[in-house]
Amino acid sequence: MARKNAVLVLMSIELILNAVNLNFVAFALRNGNADGHTFALYIIAIAAAEVGVGLGMVLLIFRNRRTISLDDLSEMKG
Amino acid sequence: MVAQNIGFAIIATIMVVGALRVVTTKNVVHAALWLVVVLAGAAAQYILLAAEFVAVTQVLVYIGAVMVLFLFGTMLTRSRIGRDSGLNNSYAKLGIPVAVVLFAAMSLALADSFGTEKMPTDGSLVSTQQISDQVFGPYLLPFWALSFVLLAAVIGAIVLARKD
Repeated sequence: MARKNAVLVLMSIELILNAVNLNFVAFALRNGNADGHTFALYIIAIAAAEVGVGLGMVLLIFRNRRTISLDDLSEMKG
Repeated sequence: MVAQNIGFAIIATIMVVGALRVVTTKNVVHAALWLVVVLAGAAAQYILLAAEFVAVTQVLVYIGAVMVLFLFGTMLTRSRIGRDSGLNNSYAKLGIPVAVVLFAAMSLALADSFGTEKMPTDGSLVSTQQISDQVFGPYLLPFWALSFVLLAAVIGAIVLARKD
């Protein structure tokens, strides 16, 4: 685990999804049809929903534990 | 060198530097701002790829909504806006050389098999009407499923975050 902040982990997930989106749109240009654009739009929508729910969970964890450092949230570890 | 190639090179460099700064900076708000740089760079790449609808959607949804969510989340969880304590990954000495070797192997495989050929494009650009034909045509079922996912996400976020 390289980052401890849960919000930073969610930001890294956004980076991954953007990389996939770039691939989809680039190959849509290669193929000449709109399938890649459609899937990229769906991925954008899914990513927004995921960030909403993820940040809701982070908020709830902060409210209960007063910390969002993933080192302190390790009760299920090992 | 065509102007698009130069534009692509500049935007790609900015995006790579921004993405590296997202994961290495010690300040959470700085990471969010570098993520805005990366997302804006992606939107610019979509414009270069003649995907203007996806580019505008990217700006509206990602930079306009998702980044605001991140900044609010940082504010409300009082993630230390000052210095964090940095990376605690003890396998970085092994991981970074492996990643570099993997990158070199994949680049070599690409360059060796394709050489200087250019990717053949179909030549036809995609218009927004084609995108809507696809969304409300063959991909209608994922569109409905997506609306349910968004509804569930909104309800779930409200249930999780409300105080009662």
